[in-house]
Amino acid sequence: MPATLFDKLWETHSVRSFADGSALLALDRVFLHERTGSIALASVLDSGRLLPAGQRVLATMDHVVDTHRTRSDATTMPGGAKFIQAMRITAHRAGIRLFDLGDPQQGISHVVAADLGFVLPGFTYVCPDSHACTLGALGALAWGIGTSDCEQALATEMLRIARPKQLRVWVDGELSPGVSAKDLALHLIATHGSAGGERQAIEFAGPAIRALPVESRFTLCNMAVEFSAFCGLVAPDERTIAYVQGRERAPRGAAFEQAAAAWLQLATDEGAVFDREIRLHARDVSPMVSWGTALEHGAAVSGRVPLLESLPEASRGRAAKALDYMGLAPGAALAGQPIDAAFIGSCTNGRLDDLRAAAALLDGQSVAKHVRALCVPASGAVKRAAEAEGLDQVFIQAGFEWREPGCSLCFFAGGESFAAGARVVSSTNRNFEGRQGPRVRTHVASPATVAASAIAGKLTDPRGFFPQQEEL
Amino acid sequence: MSALQPLTVHAGVAVPLLLANVDTDTIIPSREMKTVSRQGLGQALFAAWRYHYDGVQRLAVNEEFVLNQPAYAAATVLLAGPNFGCGSSREHAVWALADYGFRVLIAPSFGAIFQGNCIRNGLLPVELPLEQVQVLAAWVAAAPQQHQVTVDLVACEVRTTGGHVWPFVVPAVARSRLLEGSDEIAETLAHAPDLAQWRERDRRLRPWVYAGEAG
Repeated sequence: MPATLFDKLWETHSVRSFADGSALLALDRVFLHERTGSIALASVLDSGRLLPAGQRVLATMDHVVDTHRTRSDATTMPGGAKFIQAMRITAHRAGIRLFDLGDPQQGISHVVAADLGFVLPGFTYVCPDSHACTLGALGALAWGIGTSDCEQALATEMLRIARPKQLRVWVDGELSPGVSAKDLALHLIATHGSAGGERQAIEFAGPAIRALPVESRFTLCNMAVEFSAFCGLVAPDERTIAYVQGRERAPRGAAFEQAAAAWLQLATDEGAVFDREIRLHARDVSPMVSWGTALEHGAAVSGRVPLLESLPEASRGRAAKALDYMGLAPGAALAGQPIDAAFIGSCTNGRLDDLRAAAALLDGQSVAKHVRALCVPASGAVKRAAEAEGLDQVFIQAGFEWREPGCSLCFFAGGESFAAGARVVSSTNRNFEGRQGPRVRTHVASPATVAASAIAGKLTDPRGFFPQQEEL
Repeated sequence: MSALQPLTVHAGVAVPLLLANVDTDTIIPSREMKTVSRQGLGQALFAAWRYHYDGVQRLAVNEEFVLNQPAYAAATVLLAGPNFGCGSSREHAVWALADYGFRVLIAPSFGAIFQGNCIRNGLLPVELPLEQVQVLAAWVAAAPQQHQVTVDLVACEVRTTGGHVWPFVVPAVARSRLLEGSDEIAETLAHAPDLAQWRERDRRLRPWVYAGEAG
């Protein structure tokens, strides 16, 4: 029977299958963070139950830590120290490796998991954070969980999961210069709705996906949860193998060869059946930006806010509320909307390739005078690699702040935020009301669009910075 | 979490909030997650819509928001729009709904992680088609305190004194968990021998998963 990548991951991790189609899946890796991880860990420690082997669980500080150079436990978030210290104490009690403040590997869990090779192709990975799905880019079955599920994951190393339906998103062609995986994700969500992939296991496949560097695949799979999917997946290929080789936790020598051969077998078999397929062509994807307060509120940067009449009737109320919040009129052009701030970072777009893409535009340029601009590398490893290439200097000279790793202003936890009413173009993943601070208006976009907009001081299509390609 | 309050048949005042894609940031903003505890979050439920603010300072209750209208003060059933609870995995969203007093949520669909979190905390997520939720919402709004909604998890149907009787489907595992308030961790640990067997085989098939571990 030809099997999909998802089928293979499911079968190899099914400890027990049930008549209703659900299964108890074995968990290979768990990552905890200070926002919710310590609550789950403390419950397990207090129950006296055993924890998984130390190699299988890691913890980091990412959600509420500051990203200033002079940061400490005393965060700008009121009460933030409580979370940081609780994580430190519980990790120490449990003997779990913690990437604490000052640790060279500290950073956002899903990015650190990839940096270290903690998660490898074919693994199962959970984290009490919805963007755990990022790691699906390696061909790992990775999904976000709540605190109670996390408690169970630690106490039993198994979770009972209802088998999701399978969706293949097939992308032909190749993305044009200036168009990124982020734009592809935003295009997909704008076309099929925020619930378009609801509870499904999505495999991204086709020539355009094969051509994507692994870091771009992370961006795409990261956004699967914004499409309401259970998980996002890309089959391991030679790019994946090259990406994981040599990482701290990856096997070496003959053991690596053996593993790599097994990983390449995970790809979906010819003739395997999906419940559903979405097909699109990469040439139809333009740089995208969100205009509202859900990601289905998205359009090409070169386009316009839709007229309410053009939307399905059931969506109009929410869209009108969103436009009121965003201070935009139906039919308004998106390019040219003046911005107050620009943010580059997050588990979506805070990796080295993202920083390179933005720096390529920023080199020798300056951010518009009225724009506050920040760049927050997602992890210590990303930050060091960027500094080794001199990217930090490009950002700083252009007028960006260059920060320490963390989730930072991707969301507002009560500490640092943008000004009320500020219009922010952001390489993050959510444009929800108040996500980046009270009354802050977030436009989610790619790093290149954020950089181009920061320079111009208004929403800007980054393709103007790229040499035009001949039509094929 | 264990020893949940079982849920069999629930009748109560229902409050309509039929917007699509209400995310967990909206259900409870991150800034309101101030403690490392699961308790006391009801006051922060829908905070950005429920209160008027100056920055992060709550100024007053927003009288216009549906939850603040006196007729809905005793609501225990929430009528919501499609993809309710999408976004962040924060279980605080469920803790806040439960702490506020909700026992049942009725919506066309729910965010996947959120739905799992509901069941973990004894909150019943019922899926009904959008048209039925809209009909219920209109009927409820006509006389909120009199027009109560009954949700029967034994019979798997939603009923009203207005003559609505609609069946719904809940996965068997979730249903028995809610009916019995059972402890999922204890149930799963009963399968520990299966896991041990699986591990033994997996160590041979995928040794790289276990590299660096003792024994």
